[in-house]
Amino acid sequence: MNDSNNTVGVNRIGQGLLASSAPVPFIFNDRKFHGLEGDTLASALLANGQRLVGRSFKYHRPRGIITTGSEEPNALVELGTGAYKEPNTRATVIELYKGLEARSQNHKGPLSFDLMAINDHLSSFLSAGFYYKTFMWPKAFWEKLYEPMIRAAAGLGSLSGEEDPDVYDKGFLHCDLLVIGAGASGLSAALTAGRGGLQVIIADEDFLPGGRLNFETDTVDDQPSSLWAANAYEELKNMDNVRFMTRTTVYGAYDHGVYGALEKCTDHLAGVSDLPRQILWRIYSKRALLAAGSTERSIGFGNNDRPGIMLAGSVRGYVNRYGVAPGKRVAVFTNNDSGWRTAHDLIDAGVNVVAVVDSRSISPLMAIPGASIAMGSQVVDTQGRLGIKSITLNDGRSVPCDCLAVSGGWNPNVHLTCHQRGRPTWRSDIAAFVPGDDLPTGMQVIGSASGSFGLAERLRSGHEAATDILVQAGSNVVAKRTPQAHSIDYTITPLWQVPDCKGKAWVDLQNDVTSKDIAQSVREGFKAVEHLKRYTTLGMATDQGKTANVLGLGILSEISGKSIEDTGTTIFRPPYTPVPIGALAGRARGKHFRPTRLTPSHQWADAHGAEFVEVGMWLRAQWYALPGESHWRESVDREVTATRESVGICDVTTLGKIDVQGRDAAQFLDKVYANTFSTLAVGKVRYGLMLREDGFVMDDGTTARLDQNHYVMTTTTANAVSVFRHMEFARQCLYPSMDVHLISATEQWAQFAVAGPNARNLLSNIVDAPFDISNEGFPFMACSELSVCGGTPARLFRISFSGELAYEIAVPARYGNSLMHALMQAGKSFNAVPYGTEALGVMRIEKGHAAGNELNGQTTAANLGLGRMVSTKKDCMGAVLSRRPRMNPENPIELVGFIPTDGAATLRAGAHFIATDAEATLENDQGWMTSVAYSPSLQSSIGLGFIRDGQQRIGETVVAADPLRNESITVKIVSPHFVDPDGDRLRV
Amino acid sequence: MTMIINHPLLGPRDAAEFVYLGDASLINRPDPQSETAAEEFYEYLHLRDNNAGEHRELWYHEQGDRSWLVVTRNTLTHDITRVELARDVASMRANGAGAE
Repeated sequence: MNDSNNTVGVNRIGQGLLASSAPVPFIFNDRKFHGLEGDTLASALLANGQRLVGRSFKYHRPRGIITTGSEEPNALVELGTGAYKEPNTRATVIELYKGLEARSQNHKGPLSFDLMAINDHLSSFLSAGFYYKTFMWPKAFWEKLYEPMIRAAAGLGSLSGEEDPDVYDKGFLHCDLLVIGAGASGLSAALTAGRGGLQVIIADEDFLPGGRLNFETDTVDDQPSSLWAANAYEELKNMDNVRFMTRTTVYGAYDHGVYGALEKCTDHLAGVSDLPRQILWRIYSKRALLAAGSTERSIGFGNNDRPGIMLAGSVRGYVNRYGVAPGKRVAVFTNNDSGWRTAHDLIDAGVNVVAVVDSRSISPLMAIPGASIAMGSQVVDTQGRLGIKSITLNDGRSVPCDCLAVSGGWNPNVHLTCHQRGRPTWRSDIAAFVPGDDLPTGMQVIGSASGSFGLAERLRSGHEAATDILVQAGSNVVAKRTPQAHSIDYTITPLWQVPDCKGKAWVDLQNDVTSKDIAQSVREGFKAVEHLKRYTTLGMATDQGKTANVLGLGILSEISGKSIEDTGTTIFRPPYTPVPIGALAGRARGKHFRPTRLTPSHQWADAHGAEFVEVGMWLRAQWYALPGESHWRESVDREVTATRESVGICDVTTLGKIDVQGRDAAQFLDKVYANTFSTLAVGKVRYGLMLREDGFVMDDGTTARLDQNHYVMTTTTANAVSVFRHMEFARQCLYPSMDVHLISATEQWAQFAVAGPNARNLLSNIVDAPFDISNEGFPFMACSELSVCGGTPARLFRISFSGELAYEIAVPARYGNSLMHALMQAGKSFNAVPYGTEALGVMRIEKGHAAGNELNGQTTAANLGLGRMVSTKKDCMGAVLSRRPRMNPENPIELVGFIPTDGAATLRAGAHFIATDAEATLENDQGWMTSVAYSPSLQSSIGLGFIRDGQQRIGETVVAADPLRNESITVKIVSPHFVDPDGDRLRV
Repeated sequence: MTMIINHPLLGPRDAAEFVYLGDASLINRPDPQSETAAEEFYEYLHLRDNNAGEHRELWYHEQGDRSWLVVTRNTLTHDITRVELARDVASMRANGAGAE
């Protein structure tokens, strides 16, 4: 490792605002450097004279740092290693910490000799729209060759490909006033609002509050501006009604005063922390003040992208805040007063200013001994392969320098004002877009974000806005005086592009868009701003054109001969700066994406060899493997056989349960079910079929009448939520005068199926006297409330999904696991088995019951062979449209059973039926197989499926064709009731 | 990201707690006894106005008190100007006041 021995850094000229002079070691491209506490990675690199930090997106041009903030388009680096690797982070906002590791991106070979730099010489082939034009032929080459090649050559950093090991959180905050940005106007507003007692949140993306106050040498209330900011921060931090959030970017303005914010909690800490890395906040505000400041822009001139060419405000920012001089011989190129401030601050700090080039034909704003002052002049070209060495002026003069500070003017940060489709308006006096009138609800813009660039005005706008909000809220205005500062003039004469410049003039540094690309775009007809953006990619990628957009629009308006007002601007969407996907996901990752619901007997099942399957959010026992069983089919076949021969027990809690009560409960059920429930006797259960209003089957289940005005409905597991919603819709929106109430009781009752010839014998061991469980006392389709196991309240339903003598027994959920124990104990002498969802499925197919595969939202009652259940004597939801002629054809597809003619064949769900002599084409399609299983009872593969006119074709032979798997099986159409077709077993 | 719905019973709630259904005209279920019931039900179920501007729509407070609400929202600005219990709207219709 090649170490830099200079712990101070060759360009470190002072302490700036850094708290400590203790060196902080870090690594860049495998080389060890030292920065200081309070540095950003960018300031530390510049302090060490590292001007070259990356290669550009398309042409692999050498690039350096150009800004001090989140607008940085160039200095993108990769941080961390392994799973912690993070690409495309901006060196300008990375807080330096001990041991930080960063690498430059987008080059092959060493940074200083990038093999891909050949692209720069091929640039005439890579201009605007080249993706669309160049790689068109042959078509097949695009996906396999061109696109991967372009993706590999062009671009940004790469992902680790590993799972993100960090933890992210989400949080919710409420406030009277959200202040976005803690610069001059934001701090001023927060102080006034905070002192007046409002609940205030003030957020700033920087770790040091103050915004430009920390980058300038201004004076506020007779203090250095940075000290005033520090004092304001102290005061606000100590107010109970103020939450001061540093390292927090308000990235989006949403409806009704809701804002999204990202807080970086541990990114600035060395080592692994157990705190969440970042928190995604949702902030509910009554009012918001946008104090997001402004961003400087560049000017188009030849080779204006070399390392060492930086924005002027950032050059003095590095000097004032970090004590770092970005160069030893600095030239300035400006079209406004800001460039002169940079010259002034550099000279004050003892940095050599070699030239000031001002495009305006005015008198120099100050005298600089030893410097070339060129008024009404322009920089037309620069020299220096890996960093700037000299500039060429329009009069041909060459001035050697190692840094060029450029100012093309300042743009208010209007982004959040656009998030609800607000349109910025052009102000020609400051040559910039300012927020329009169509702001998000509750938002007001203050400070330089509103176009007020003078410090006194910024401070005043914050104070006055907060005072107005206090008055409107009826609060006391305690702070009556606005912080005082001298006003500093800002005048500008726009210069977008230097005429007759040599070489390419870069507009968007992140996407390598030049002024020639803009001209070409206009020439080829992409003249509208939105077209220009998409054709050239101007303003795209991670910086979203913060430094480039307005410059690009200025050049577009010059080329097209239209004013900037008429040219217009693209607007912005969230996020303001990139938000990691991990932060958006928060803790909702993997298994935590949604809750896992466990059945009441989960503990018992887990202890008894259950394999679990996810059903919706539930984990259900799929089968119970006994020792020695090596294949699931062994377990399932055994469970089916044991249940049919003696008795089996299955947890069916996951079926939806809806408690329906009220004087109109019966009439209500007649409306939501296709069949009639008002005629059901108390103490009885009936199978119900529910239709959607469009007439298709929505769900089915059994409903028990426990009392005159009390029903308990069951739904399928999958539809429990949607059926409840549907019923509440019916109750509140369609039948509001009915006296009926609904409550979901799915999780309140544990429910078990007890099925098989010994089901009654088993249950008689646990029901409490004097309950009569005999066939006469409690016949098929009976229901009752009772107690079991010596006093536990329970409900018993004599219903069967398996086709056997069967019951379902329900107890309050907290007794569910104990009841499973009790049932197994009570069934010991009958060799009772627990069975899972697989055996449940096998038995329902053997019995010909429809389930999810058949109730897929596209089937009618007639399809299911249940057409007569749709009552014609009453109206119900879905009744009218279920009578549509096309839903009742003369020969509908109907649910029937299928068995292979070759007993050893295995049927496949999804196979389509065709006549034995027909080709497997769509025209010959007669229906499809919905459910299949191996039936231990028939010792054959069996299936259920829909086939045209099925009931009339029992005994016929067709082919189940499965072209996907290249299978064709001859099957016989049979009754869907494979086992006990007359239902004798149910009634014994 | 989200909106805020001022629930008539519970006050301002995040729209994330709600499930959206659609046009509030779904309250106006046609008369199944009508001679032209089939045509009316077809229109009721499938035909919707697509307003740019004020829109009355049904939201269900599924992660709350399970009220169905009729929310009057401007589809251009997302301003919510009125929130009613769907049950009240439906009752008014049943009493002949109409749900429009």
